[in-house]
Amino acid sequence: MKWPAIGYIRARSLDDLWEAQRTHGAAAQVLAGGQTLLATLAFRLSEPGVLVDITRIPELRGVSLAGGALRIGALTRHAELARDPLVARHAPLFAAAAPHIAHPAIRNRGTIGGSLAYADPAAELPACAVALDATLHLLSARGERRVKAEGFFTGLLSTLLEPGEIIAAVEVAPASPAQRTAILEVARRSGDYAMAGIAAALELDATGRVAAPRLAFFGVGDRPVLANRANVALAGRVLDAQAIAAAAEALGDDLDPPADLHGPPEMKRHLARVLLRRALTQFLPAKEMAA
Amino acid sequence: MIPITLTVNGERVTRHVEPRRHLIDFLRLDLGLTGSHAGCEHGVCGACTVRVDGEIVRGCLVLAASLDGAEVTTIEGLSDSGEVADLQAEFVARNAAQCGFCTPGMVMTAADILRHHPQASRAEIREHLSGNYCRCTGYQAIVDAVEATLAQRRQEAGR
Ligand SMILES: Cc1cc2nc3c(=O)[nH]c(=O)nc-3n(C[C@H](O)[C@H](O)[C@H](O)COP(=O)(O)OP(=O)(O)OC[C@H]3O[C@@H](n4cnc5c(N)ncnc54)[C@H](O)[C@@H]3O)c2cc1C
Ligand code: FES
Ligand code: FES
Repeated sequence: MKWPAIGYIRARSLDDLWEAQRTHGAAAQVLAGGQTLLATLAFRLSEPGVLVDITRIPELRGVSLAGGALRIGALTRHAELARDPLVARHAPLFAAAAPHIAHPAIRNRGTIGGSLAYADPAAELPACAVALDATLHLLSARGERRVKAEGFFTGLLSTLLEPGEIIAAVEVAPASPAQRTAILEVARRSGDYAMAGIAAALELDATGRVAAPRLAFFGVGDRPVLANRANVALAGRVLDAQAIAAAAEALGDDLDPPADLHGPPEMKRHLARVLLRRALTQFLPAKEMAA
Repeated sequence: MIPITLTVNGERVTRHVEPRRHLIDFLRLDLGLTGSHAGCEHGVCGACTVRVDGEIVRGCLVLAASLDGAEVTTIEGLSDSGEVADLQAEFVARNAAQCGFCTPGMVMTAADILRHHPQASRAEIREHLSGNYCRCTGYQAIVDAVEATLAQRRQEAGR
């Protein structure tokens, strides 16, 4: 369907954005890559009064290493995540996630800020942000605040973002040499949102012992799900077949997947367990040596 | 109405556009460039694939109003430049276009493979084209055409 009548404002600075919000109030909606928002306009699922294009605001751009943390600007596109050398080195999970998102032409426009703000429970980047224990920088005319990704997602397509507030950047601690990460998913067709997926991050010490495990699942709940019981089952253990089996067993209590178009909860639980085993098996020392 | 000045296929264009105009309607209805097709108009079919600032995008998911200063290349510009003449010849030779509705988007996306992934395997070609739907050909001839063009170019480059 054609889009409804809308207004358009090109913000060139944060002040332009705050000004547009003052003038238009709740009718103003932020437009980033448009790869979700403009599709929902076509379905008439959303009818904003005025789109405020934030893609030319310099403060929201760029990837940098500062104060011991990797800062990824909200406007960083999925395609940029995939090829940025700083992301590859310090947050390889994000780089690995990008090719799973949609198709090349969509990855050339869609942004990490838009993906996190939209909070689709089957999306890759929210789960990666949770697995990496990322901190989100939120900005509004009232000032800045920082929140953990883990608490940011509050339900289906819902977040802690308040009216007028935007995501300015995503910050993660740079990957240590001990860190291992992986992202795997099952989708019916390449580029589709996942039926189930895992974003996994943990550390392995020289003896193969697991520290700080953070397995996050997507497509299996109303938001990214941090698998707390599976994480507890892994923490402090030498990673081996028994440890993986224990984590897979514990996962059953972490997930309460809704039935959806793809199938019943039991199928999603099964897929999640399969993905957990595949992801953790990648981290086994023998595999590392073979690689 | 929002004023925009941009480059389309190398020509400078200045227009006033309604915010609700997407890039494909802008190209087709305002500029008469009907090579880019509007299929689903919500991002799933790829018939609307064009280049903006050198990279392929879904034209149906881009506001024309947002393109002030941008550089747009459509299938008309790509064809005229000769950049993909060999690929187009392979499409013809293999009947990789039947009704032709998907073809401009397919060629734009395939050109992206030729440019960025000269060593792409058949599986990688399929993956890269997976967001472009064709309801006629069954895809094999299209993938064959891209694969043959890549092989030919590698041979010519001595790689
Ligand atoms: C065919 C198709 C397939 C797709 N498949 C996948 C997939 O497999 N996995 C996946 O994860 N995504 C997928 N997507 C969505 C894509 O990743 C989007 O790019 C992303 O979800 C939204 O990013 P955007 O920059 O395009 O945001 P927009 O569409 O511009 O905005 C989305 C929402 O976020 C708000 N917003 C945007 N930026 C900010 C910000 N900085 N702060 C606060 N609010 C903001 C907007 O107001 C809007 O409500 C798909 C899209 C399409 C069309
Ligand atoms: S018309 Fe743009 S993707 Fe279908
Ligand atoms: S040739 Fe008809 S849709 Fe592809």
